[in-house]
Amino acid sequence: MRTYALYLVRRFAQFILVVFIGINIAYLITHLTPVDPVEQAISSVTMFGQSSPEMVEVMRKTLRELYGLEGSAWEQYVTFWRRMATGDFGPSLSAFPTPVSTLIWQALPWTLGLLVCSTLIAWIVGNFLGGLAGYYRKNSLLKALGILAMSLQPIPYYIVAFILLVVFGFLWPVLPISGGAEMNIDRQGFAFAGSIIKHSILPALSLVLVGLGAWFIGMRSLVSNIVTEDYVTYAELGGVDRRRILFSYVMRNALSPQLTGLALSLGAIFNGAIITEFVFGYPGMGTLLVRAVNAGDYSLVLGITSVSIIAVASAILVIDIIYPLLDPRVARS
Amino acid sequence: MLKTVRDLFRYNLEFALGAILILIVFSFAAASFFSPYPPMDSYVVAPDVPPSWAYPFGTNSRGQDVFWQLTLAIRNSLLFGLSVALMSRILSLLIGLVAGYAGGITDRILMTINDTFVVIPLFPILVLFFFMMRDNMSWPMLAIAMASLGWPYDARLIRSVALSLRTREFTAMSVFSGMSTRQILVEEHLPYVLPIVFSTTLNNMNWSIGLEVTLSVIGFTNIETPTIGTMIYWANQHTAMVAGVWWWIFFPVVLVIMTFLGLYLLSVSMNEYIDPRSRLTRMGGQG
Repeated sequence: MRTYALYLVRRFAQFILVVFIGINIAYLITHLTPVDPVEQAISSVTMFGQSSPEMVEVMRKTLRELYGLEGSAWEQYVTFWRRMATGDFGPSLSAFPTPVSTLIWQALPWTLGLLVCSTLIAWIVGNFLGGLAGYYRKNSLLKALGILAMSLQPIPYYIVAFILLVVFGFLWPVLPISGGAEMNIDRQGFAFAGSIIKHSILPALSLVLVGLGAWFIGMRSLVSNIVTEDYVTYAELGGVDRRRILFSYVMRNALSPQLTGLALSLGAIFNGAIITEFVFGYPGMGTLLVRAVNAGDYSLVLGITSVSIIAVASAILVIDIIYPLLDPRVARS
Repeated sequence: MLKTVRDLFRYNLEFALGAILILIVFSFAAASFFSPYPPMDSYVVAPDVPPSWAYPFGTNSRGQDVFWQLTLAIRNSLLFGLSVALMSRILSLLIGLVAGYAGGITDRILMTINDTFVVIPLFPILVLFFFMMRDNMSWPMLAIAMASLGWPYDARLIRSVALSLRTREFTAMSVFSGMSTRQILVEEHLPYVLPIVFSTTLNNMNWSIGLEVTLSVIGFTNIETPTIGTMIYWANQHTAMVAGVWWWIFFPVVLVIMTFLGLYLLSVSMNEYIDPRSRLTRMGGQG
């Protein structure tokens, strides 16, 4: 138990470090780049029609305060962190006066739902099929699957999502290609849930298709290495059921590197989810982010970036916490 | 060297396929030097002409020849990937070799930072970067930003190789003969990690080209520089699919998929080549 507690403390420290470095990168980008977001906002407002110099001066001062750009560099840094800690990113400029945090809270469940479902499906199915392919090397169906997985794996999320969009939007329009649910529908009950599922099929499918390949290939090579171990040969000679060997002896051992892999690739999967959401107009963080950039909404862009970093770090922490339950050796080392 | 390539072609299907794909892509990029007109000038040809003998890939709604524009776009995309990969190699080599050789507390600190960079979601950060730079966003700047974020995964790989070199006898020998740490890393250890550096270069190119395409299609880069991503961006801006100008989208997508597959297959076969056991199994010898 004590070792588990020690392990948790270590993982938590890593979590803090990820958030700390990530938010600091965000700070550096926003404060070291030559472009001043205040001047940008002002020029986009004054582009249309005249404004008196006094008004512009008032606007400049208000925006500086709003963006936390007042005072010395150190004061700005402290303000920045205080806002991060309290989750107060100020009001959104494009949806004034709605606070940024409200907009993010509305978008986060969509992204989380899509991401958790598609990542779990890709990971479980990919590992299962990969394990089978590593164990039954002669099976031609599994070989064909391997070639398919290999050709999908290096393609970026955007391209796969885009191809699905073209196929199901223009060539064979059977699935909704935009939005999160039907508009004029009671926001409760089975019809709404069904509509959500129907709308998330394509975004989820593109995430699963890209993700699946990596888990499949990883698991296949892990399993084909493990089957040459002595204990597997021994079990086979001893007449243990083949299925039992594969699932309890071989795949169980291959599972822990795959779980580490999952934790390490969550950031990349999150990137993929953002872009996939944009392609399908899914009402999550990705669509919100693109809309915020196009609207020149500084506080919203910064808010989404920070929340993304914290969200990914938390997800990894969750994996780390359940990891020792699946593989008790981790906490002991 | 030639014999190695011949063997790879004969016994390694992935290598043969990858090499052919990359050869096609590279010759395509090389063709850009022979373009009959500046590929980015608009209305040099009739707009929206479907693929024909005169225009093999058709022309787009801006009156540009898709074939010649694509040659320049793929050249720029490859160049971009290559420069990001080369720059980030410097960082990953430095950190990987030092962490592996020094070991102990230095290794722990470097790898903790490394693991942190692996998991930070880069896409929102790059979008934030674009948001702050806007019109000042240039091609080299994006390359530098991506290179400074794209090293950690490979640094860990290089470190794992360097870690095994540390305990080898020749390292002890070099230390006793008075070589400096820099000399040991550069002259003794670097040659051992080079094969793996090469295969990670290919992977990193895939990563950076993919990220560049993704950023470009939303319009979050300098959209005046022709790359595969900006080509798709302009096609989307002109709603090419709805207008029926499918060739404007189809050919860039096919070419970029060929690039990704080619680079990936090459790096996979490289990895296999580095591991001699799997090479022997493949050639029919004893594994």
